[in-house]
Amino acid sequence: MRRKLLPTPLTERVRAVLFNRRVVFGIPFLWLLLFFLLPFALVLKISLTSAVMAIPPYEPVFRWVDNTLSVVVNIGNYLFLLSDSLYFAAYWGSVKTAFLATVVCLVIGYPMAYAMARAPKHWQLVLLLMVMLPSWTSFLIRVYAWMGILGNQGLLNSFLMWLGLIDQPLKMLNTNFAVVLGIVYAYLPFMVLPIYTNLVKLDVRLLEAASDLGCRSLTTFWAITLPLSKAGILAGSMLVFIPAVGEFVIPELLGGPDTLMIGKVLWEEFFNNRDWPVASALAIVMLLLLLVPIVLFHRFRAREMEKHG
Amino acid sequence: MVKSRSFSFSKVMLVLGLLFLYLPMFVLIVYSFNASRLVSVWAGFSTQWYGELFRDEQILSAVWMSLRIAFYSASMAVCLGTLCAFVITRFKKMRGRTLLSSMITAPLVMPEVITGLSLLLLFVQMAQTIGWPVDRGMATIWIAHTTFCSAYVAVVVSARLQEVDRSIEEAAMDLGCTPLKTFFVITLPVIAPALVSGWLLAFTLSLDDLVIASFVSGPGATTLPMVVFSSVRMGVSPKINALATLIIVAVSLIAFIAWYLMRRAERKRLQTPDA
Repeated sequence: MRRKLLPTPLTERVRAVLFNRRVVFGIPFLWLLLFFLLPFALVLKISLTSAVMAIPPYEPVFRWVDNTLSVVVNIGNYLFLLSDSLYFAAYWGSVKTAFLATVVCLVIGYPMAYAMARAPKHWQLVLLLMVMLPSWTSFLIRVYAWMGILGNQGLLNSFLMWLGLIDQPLKMLNTNFAVVLGIVYAYLPFMVLPIYTNLVKLDVRLLEAASDLGCRSLTTFWAITLPLSKAGILAGSMLVFIPAVGEFVIPELLGGPDTLMIGKVLWEEFFNNRDWPVASALAIVMLLLLLVPIVLFHRFRAREMEKHG
Repeated sequence: MVKSRSFSFSKVMLVLGLLFLYLPMFVLIVYSFNASRLVSVWAGFSTQWYGELFRDEQILSAVWMSLRIAFYSASMAVCLGTLCAFVITRFKKMRGRTLLSSMITAPLVMPEVITGLSLLLLFVQMAQTIGWPVDRGMATIWIAHTTFCSAYVAVVVSARLQEVDRSIEEAAMDLGCTPLKTFFVITLPVIAPALVSGWLLAFTLSLDDLVIASFVSGPGATTLPMVVFSSVRMGVSPKINALATLIIVAVSLIAFIAWYLMRRAERKRLQTPDA
């Protein structure tokens, strides 16, 4: 006789309902709809209101007046962004800084990834961990480390003065240079990783064939390796560029008074000026600005996730 | 063989790049033992900053708060992220799948200020409409962190799911296993390492987040990054150096253990015949 109780039809049915595909799909779908998509709709809505001294500090969009629903839309925030050149300068400054940092990351990161992919197998795991390890420690603390290094009485200035290369400290902290350096430092692992994943899958036989056919190594690199690693370069660049445009911590800690970046401006509009509608409008414009890179990145990711499926 | 000048150039770049990544952290560690407050002056070895760190009530309570939030967020993110990974890799014809996969990959690159602002506006709206959350704090940070950590878990888990041998699952189901039992008996053990690394990744991400937490937190909940940020805004502080050292050492230890376990598993796999 079987010692186990057989499931009754009822529990069977409950199970069937609970664990069917629709539930597996529904739970994360509803969560993301509520906590990811809906918030963006709200940002858009609030960017179209005007600020008031109240809690919450904005006017409602939908109002009941004499039993009719009236919709009050105010595009004044967007006009305000256009009228003040500060905001344009901040967007431009962000894009410029992020682009520069991305290029530097690529120039440093690509050879690193290349060397990792060509290293002996048992070394690859160690190198991979070494590149990833800094990103698992605190981001904030890694940025903060540069404050001690770049400051006027910091390590680098003391070292250069000790060498006798300079007589008085160079101003490095609180400059745009420090911001680019900080972004490169913080985001370098995110550039190396996708390029490495791409290069390690590269068919070595192609390279051997090229060199057997008399291709010089540098030519092989330009003709075969680089084009085949395009997807990795693209993914890495997007992983650096997009978050860097909206970066707040790095310009706040390492930047100076002339560092204009949109993430910092948004933060100040929100926390210091308590102007939620303008902060929302800034976020919407930033999102539009990043739409093309985000879509590019998304298409790459979707392809990665669905491969061999 | 493919060997060239560019090969050795890339090796040099790798060494320089790793030095660039590690030197600043090394400097933090060294100066956490400096008796002087100043970075440029070495006034002898001292552990006084560690003592001060452990006497700082504000930091200690923030550490505890951050650890709890990170634990809950990582756990929930593993559940949600795994479900997402399943839908993306397995339910090819499901309606709404494309929307789900866009929503799960978007947080990977979304600037934090946008995510933080949008979630705060949601919570404010929810408080107005349904009366919850009354106070923003741990619960709202938990929701925010779960949402963006799920994206990372989904990436890690879906990469693993693609490598699972589907024929074993199909065999189990042919032999009468329900899909649920198949998942727990066949799939789960295979993807378990990915779940562990996804959980750890989510844990560190949650522990590290400043911007999103600052937006969605209320007066009651101060996480460790918020305390560190308000302190380093004022300039270099040796107490923070000591804290940084402890974080770096803890993360390195965990990474080392992970590396050791992975290497052992790899060796075992190579030793078993016919693998």
